[in-house]
Amino acid sequence: MTATLPPTSSPQLEAPLAAPRPALAHDWRRIARMGSIAAFAQVFIALSNMPVALDGRTMVKPVLSLGYLVLLILPFAAGYRQGHQTKLEGVTQHAAGPNEVVGGLACGMIAGGGLSLLAVLLANFDLRDPLVNWSPILLDTLTFGNAPWFAVVIWLAIGAGAGASGGVLRLLGPRSRRATVTMVLAVIGAAVLESLMVDLADGLRLEALTDRLYAKRGGVTWPGALVLAAVSGGLAVVGRGRFRTARARLANLEGAKRSRANAGLILAAAAVLIVLPLFAGKLTNELLANVGLFVLLALGLNVVVGLAGILDLGYVAFFAVGSYSAAVLTAATSPKISPEMPWLVALIVVVVITGLVGLFIGAPVIRMRGDYLAIVTLGFGEIIRLLFQSDWLSGWFGGAQGITLIPGANIFGLTEVSGTDPRRVFYLVLAFCALAIYVSWRLERSRLGRAWMAVREDETVAEAMGINTVNVKLLAFVVGAILGSFSGAIFAAKVGSVFPSSFLILVSIVILVVVIFGGMGNIVGVIAGSAVLIGVLGGPKQPGLLAEFSEFKLLIYGALLVWMMLARPEGLIPSVRRTRELHQVEMAQDAWLRGQVDGEDGGGGDPQPTVQP
Amino acid sequence: MTDVQAATGPAAAAVRQPLLETRRLSVEFGGLKALDDLDLEIYEGEIVSVIGPNGAGKTTLFNAITATVESSDGDIVFEGRSLLGLDPNRVTSSGIARTFQNVRLFANMSVLENVMVSQHCRTKQHAFGALLYTRAFRREEAEIRQRAEKILEFFGTRLVGYRMDQPAFTLSYANRRRLEIARAMATQPKLILLDEPVAGMNPVESAELTGLIGRLRDEWGFAIVVIEHDMGVVREVSDRVVVLDHGVKIAEGDYADVANDPQVIEAYLGKGAGDP
Ligand SMILES: Nc1ncnc2c1ncn2[C@@H]1O[C@H](COP(=O)(O)OP(=O)(O)OP(=O)(O)O)[C@@H](O)[C@H]1O
Ligand SMILES: [Mg+2]
Repeated sequence: MTATLPPTSSPQLEAPLAAPRPALAHDWRRIARMGSIAAFAQVFIALSNMPVALDGRTMVKPVLSLGYLVLLILPFAAGYRQGHQTKLEGVTQHAAGPNEVVGGLACGMIAGGGLSLLAVLLANFDLRDPLVNWSPILLDTLTFGNAPWFAVVIWLAIGAGAGASGGVLRLLGPRSRRATVTMVLAVIGAAVLESLMVDLADGLRLEALTDRLYAKRGGVTWPGALVLAAVSGGLAVVGRGRFRTARARLANLEGAKRSRANAGLILAAAAVLIVLPLFAGKLTNELLANVGLFVLLALGLNVVVGLAGILDLGYVAFFAVGSYSAAVLTAATSPKISPEMPWLVALIVVVVITGLVGLFIGAPVIRMRGDYLAIVTLGFGEIIRLLFQSDWLSGWFGGAQGITLIPGANIFGLTEVSGTDPRRVFYLVLAFCALAIYVSWRLERSRLGRAWMAVREDETVAEAMGINTVNVKLLAFVVGAILGSFSGAIFAAKVGSVFPSSFLILVSIVILVVVIFGGMGNIVGVIAGSAVLIGVLGGPKQPGLLAEFSEFKLLIYGALLVWMMLARPEGLIPSVRRTRELHQVEMAQDAWLRGQVDGEDGGGGDPQPTVQP
Repeated sequence: MTDVQAATGPAAAAVRQPLLETRRLSVEFGGLKALDDLDLEIYEGEIVSVIGPNGAGKTTLFNAITATVESSDGDIVFEGRSLLGLDPNRVTSSGIARTFQNVRLFANMSVLENVMVSQHCRTKQHAFGALLYTRAFRREEAEIRQRAEKILEFFGTRLVGYRMDQPAFTLSYANRRRLEIARAMATQPKLILLDEPVAGMNPVESAELTGLIGRLRDEWGFAIVVIEHDMGVVREVSDRVVVLDHGVKIAEGDYADVANDPQVIEAYLGKGAGDP
């Protein structure tokens, strides 16, 4: 157990607030700048065809489609953001007031103005040649079927409204703000999770509930949305304090009690995951299985990147080797190896093969550092795919035609796991995820895990402290490879065929984004990252809950990644260590303000803080 | 170049094998000879100070011994075996540990973890032990922890208690230097190389650490080579002082001899570095 210094605001920072600023006292240049950035982004989104393509997906029944929702977010965000005040020692903090609302309104209006301008241009010019989405349909979407001038007015108004509500959010106290945010998120979440909820409700015989909540042709109904908002808002107000104390109590538990509590939580999560699929239909199970496959991959990559700090951009290679070797060993259609093995036996061979490939690729790569290493792994990832695709080895791997008719995974003759029954696939994936979690968890807390940490911190010093950095890093590479091969072997049995095109560089990138987005080095974070990105947006070829997004998936991945790097580089659910790495200075400052500094006098072991004036 | 080697060292030096010996060791950076034909012997149980003006090649000597930089000529012999060509980690596991002049801790690891991880080359449980959670694995983990705590206790109350679980970057400058020494001790060496261990400390801390250096030898049995600019510390701890200038050994002997050596005085004053 390591003591953490969460970057909490300390009492010294919360000086009494100064009076609200006058309504019109703004840095107008800043507002114009933020507004125009948002306006540009709006135009970009519109021209990317998102509003039109996503208009088919209803979020709240008569009023809001996903297409329009994506156009509301930016003016709102700009309106909220413009009221941000820098929190620093010696900088006056003003109380929120009409100033925030006016600023938000102005900012949002400029943002909306982008679309107004676009509507006018759409009506008068034809730029279809370079801009493929420059179309009457887009104009129609922007004008709501009216004349262009209507679009000009309405988007200024919508922008102003969204921006102003962003400003209003600043007026609310922390409690009501939390409640409001929870309410909005609950409604959007319910809309996003619609197919999942309906599917589960079917299994649980709760159709009555979802029938009320969701409209016939998709989308949350008005009354449903209101009730949901009321309930979630109420829960947020009532539950928040309790939730926080419960979490604080959990964090403060000592040794044995703490691990018992953790074990309880894990068991509860496992129970849910085992029971849930029983009530879920095919679609949900398919989704869960896909998410599970990526969790498995992400856990493997997490050992390499998160624990040992080796930036591997070619991780898909091991997924591919796992898939192909399982396919060759089990499928009758693969010519070279004749006695076909049962899946479980083949898996042992697959592990050995992937481990060897990991060693083989790792040995030259691991001696490099940083950027060089990343580039070389990228190259190896492609080389492996090209080998599978090549005519030279097509006798083994079928070239571009791949290997088809791969039988399902036979588990001790008990069941046959194949793509036709996604529930069984999910259970198989779950079992291997459990294994992967166990492996990462145990290794992280061992001599080897500490050595990985040291290598990540400072390779030269780790070497000088007697750690054989080459061996240690190679081992991380191999462990990661083997975990990835599990996912590959399951993938082959699930899909029933493997093609080189399933193992594009893109897969490596997506797995890496999942790990970074979720929280590098943290098992729970990695799982959360897969659930959010793969489950909601979808994997490289797998549809997510928002299947409409599939066209824009990469755009959104990119945007999320950029935003994450700026706002929360440690990821969704960060590991303690990663947070330390990225926020050393802030934490040290916080510790200083709390008086927990380690004074130069040494101060002995006494935890008595000496507060500096 | 004066050679005063025979006059010094423990009485038995003539018959005893040196623990560490450099023979005509040279290190070149481009055209610059950072070390030039250096002969040096360190005996078991000795505390030797290496002094010299800035840029004299003191740190380079440590780097060469620990294989951090490549020596261009000569030989380094430790316990009768040459260290040349070994990787830094093999040098450490053969029994030489060091600290760094510009403190280089594993900043985001806890104080305890810093010391635990440095026992890597003295422990052997591998991945399978950890995965199967064998008894041998658990025993070794417990031992690693105990040893780490024992080492940290050597520094009094400064690195134990709540501080043990804090990340190393929260430590004060003096405590970072102490932790570096703790980490070196954890590799269970026969010889410790300390690069300016009291730099940046106030007189009280510096006096305390000087005492600890003595105890390191007396209680833990390490031979110690220490690079130091603080002449008070040098006089206090050293059995023998070696003076380097421009990569060349210009004097060697006990403190009084060296301090009065005209060449040494010239090397320092010539550089304008003040009276030693
Ligand atoms: N890696 C390197 N590459 C090039 N030159 C180097 C390198 N390391 C050291 N030098 C040079 O070698 C000479 C000796 O440096 P060294 O660090 O050994 O001095 P020092 O005696 O430790 O000095 P100080 O008292 O300032 O620590 C210096 O001129 C330095 O610039
Ligand atoms: Mg130096």
